[in-house]
Amino acid sequence: MFDFLEGYDVLGAFWTTVQLTLLAAVGSLVWGTLLAAMRVGPVPLMRGFGTVYVNIVRNIPLTVIILFTSLGLNNTLGISLGSSVIDTINFRLAVLGLVAYTSAFVCEALRSGINTVPVGQAEAARAIGLSFSQVLRLVVLPQAFRSSVGPLTNVLIALTKNTTVAAAIGVAEAATLMKTMVENEAQLIPISAVFALGFVILTLPTGLILGWVGKKVAVKR
Amino acid sequence: MSSLLYDAQGPRAKRRNVLFTAVFVAALAALVWWVYTSLDDKGQLEWSLWKPFFTGTEAWSTYIWPGLQNTLKAAALAMVIALPLGAVLGIARLSDHVWIRVPASVVVEFFRAIPVLVLMIFGVALYAKYTNISSDDRPLYAVVTGLVLYNAAVLAEIVRAGILALPKGQAEAAVAIGLRKNQVMRLVLLPQSVTAMLPAIVSQLVVIVKDTALGGAVLTFPELLSSANTMIGYYGNTIASFTVVAVIFIAVNFSLTSFASWLEGRLRRGKKSTGAVLGADAVAELAAPGDHEDLQKAN
Repeated sequence: MFDFLEGYDVLGAFWTTVQLTLLAAVGSLVWGTLLAAMRVGPVPLMRGFGTVYVNIVRNIPLTVIILFTSLGLNNTLGISLGSSVIDTINFRLAVLGLVAYTSAFVCEALRSGINTVPVGQAEAARAIGLSFSQVLRLVVLPQAFRSSVGPLTNVLIALTKNTTVAAAIGVAEAATLMKTMVENEAQLIPISAVFALGFVILTLPTGLILGWVGKKVAVKR
Repeated sequence: MSSLLYDAQGPRAKRRNVLFTAVFVAALAALVWWVYTSLDDKGQLEWSLWKPFFTGTEAWSTYIWPGLQNTLKAAALAMVIALPLGAVLGIARLSDHVWIRVPASVVVEFFRAIPVLVLMIFGVALYAKYTNISSDDRPLYAVVTGLVLYNAAVLAEIVRAGILALPKGQAEAAVAIGLRKNQVMRLVLLPQSVTAMLPAIVSQLVVIVKDTALGGAVLTFPELLSSANTMIGYYGNTIASFTVVAVIFIAVNFSLTSFASWLEGRLRRGKKSTGAVLGADAVAELAAPGDHEDLQKAN
């Protein structure tokens, strides 16, 4: 029944999807945290930069960004991210594009976590004489991080689904393989079911488990 | 300036801010300089490459405008078809009958868990195989199909959250005056929740507009992004074409986003409403699989 799978490396394609997801997740967590720090920090110029970056990137389709990394950065400007193998270059470019895009959403998720902390918490902490770093370290950030778990989970799930956009520049991930398979094989429904199931397996448990964790750790108000 | 995170600043903090600003300006200037020189090295700043967009209308009328029309057409079609489907699914998920509620939930969770691109690829193969839609029209059908399947699921959640966001007293009062379940929904809950979820629906439209670009990059749908591709082939101006297309996308989506937040603010302040509004930010949360009770409680 599943003989149409022969000759195709479905697991390998999904492994690429997972790799894209994990690498982009780490990268966008770092860059997104920096952006969030800029957006909530006291330096007006950095605040402005963070706001402009987020608003620009959120409103551009990810497809445009990913295609630009290939056609613009690689073909036109000759940026190859330290590799000469085209597959590796495309993979790294896709990660770069995903990081640039997803970090805007990470920034907003972290900011929304900070926004859930009532101002009274910081005021009370200052009133009992805690220093600036103590206020952040002991009172504000612990609450903010706990409230960010839920929104960050949603960003991670969206990222998992967004890795398929790498198909636009030929990265050999799940959607690319699915396109090849439905074009060459007769069994449209079983093939689609396999790939749909793969994504359900990747996203649904993440949503349920991390969603549950997020609800557990979030500060009840 | 004082905020949650830091106090009003004294002289030392102000001096430190000036230092931070200076370092940041230097870093930003270095970045801009690097971008400028690398563009200049490759000759991407030649006026001849940017000229088509600023003088004459050929680039606009031949490539950009038809592309933008297709983008907006696909987005509008997807929204118009997905809205009623989403409303039906969302209300079905609130049904008292298990045999309606459970299948609707399964459908919604399933389509929220799958990337739009997978649905589009499925759509294009489906139409190629089982219908005689011409190969010119197939990409549009596939793009709209993919967008509808995915967004109906997200809109279902928006509708459900919008209805659950209403104060309980609304449904209780409606039951108390003797309305039937269907009347409670049709006459009391739905009309009020429509206004409550308008901002969220407008922000979902941004997601739809962005996702149409997938059709251009993977399925040969002649929308705005693929018109950029054609222009690059014709004028050889990669950077210029991408810049123009990105600016158009930003303009369209930024006005939609701004409209959504304006609408949200207006509805929150409104005197006639129950004050229950599903924020524009809610869509990010509702698009992910899993239950989001917190969102309903928050309102």
